[in-house]
Amino acid sequence: MKFDVILRVGTKLILPFVLLFALYVQMHGDYGPGGGFQAGVIAAGMIILYAIIFGVRRAKEIAPQRVVEIMIPLGVLIYAGTGVVSMFLGSNFLDYSHFAHDQLHAHEWGIFIVELGVLVTVAGTMTAMFYAFSERGR
Amino acid sequence: METFVITVLLTLLAIVTVAIIRQRNMYSVVILSSVYSFLMASVMLVLDAVDVAMTEASVGAGISTVILLATLYLTGTREYPTARGTGIPLFVSVVVGAALVWGTFELPAFGLADTVIHKHTAPLYIEMSQKHQMPPNIVTAVLADFRSFDTMGEVTVIFTAGIGVLMLLSGRRRRDEVEVVKVTESVETFGDDVADENEPDGPNGSAA
Repeated sequence: MKFDVILRVGTKLILPFVLLFALYVQMHGDYGPGGGFQAGVIAAGMIILYAIIFGVRRAKEIAPQRVVEIMIPLGVLIYAGTGVVSMFLGSNFLDYSHFAHDQLHAHEWGIFIVELGVLVTVAGTMTAMFYAFSERGR
Repeated sequence: METFVITVLLTLLAIVTVAIIRQRNMYSVVILSSVYSFLMASVMLVLDAVDVAMTEASVGAGISTVILLATLYLTGTREYPTARGTGIPLFVSVVVGAALVWGTFELPAFGLADTVIHKHTAPLYIEMSQKHQMPPNIVTAVLADFRSFDTMGEVTVIFTAGIGVLMLLSGRRRRDEVEVVKVTESVETFGDDVADENEPDGPNGSAA
């Protein structure tokens, strides 16, 4: 689809808003609908859309395959690491009570970090799967 | 109004399902299942399950459609009719479907507030999330705070599934093939050594 002007220009216009929406879903997960999983899928969808329109090679310049594959275990590590940190702070595994002085901020921080882990793993997995399929097709 | 919208959506869902069953071109099936996911997301939206609707729209209609299209690129787009009869599968699905419909007769009326599922843990979550000053979206509070351990398991499932797909698809078989070649080479040299050791005995014995 390299020579389809409408698709290329349209994609260029849409992409920043897709990324912004992914970040919005991620950051506002505790106030509105959504969370790390949805945000991760939307962010991966942005990379996949770019790869379909402009080619996988150029998509790999934005999101290199090595980085994407590292993201898969990294998210799980962030999630489990949050639990370990909360244990070091003197509460149960994945109990966020001691992350800040008041309860609201403590829970917000805990949920934010944990959702970040989910985002990293989901976005990495989906993008890496797409890369794997596109490589196999050659 | 809500009943009307739900009725229209469910009718469209039934039509799309029949179209998927009758279709032999896999490309059309993938696109129709994407339509099915969008309709399902709309149903979830009408039922006020916005989080589920968002997941259904992004995963069901977005990512899985792309992945299925990529799979079709690798396999082929035509489904060939099977030689076996359709009697037994039809019988099983009709019986199971009838059993499921029969099971819904015992369910409480749709939207009733004082049923068991709304009285058991849900009030506890609402009360506790206010007491501990959790974020306003209780769905997120339940998923990432009360039941954070479950969500960690889910992330691990995604991790495992992703690693599995990557191992199946990635071109790293070559390294294994190289290793296999090395192994066979070493076996051959080992066999040669054995043969060398046996040589003084073997041919002489057979000659004698």
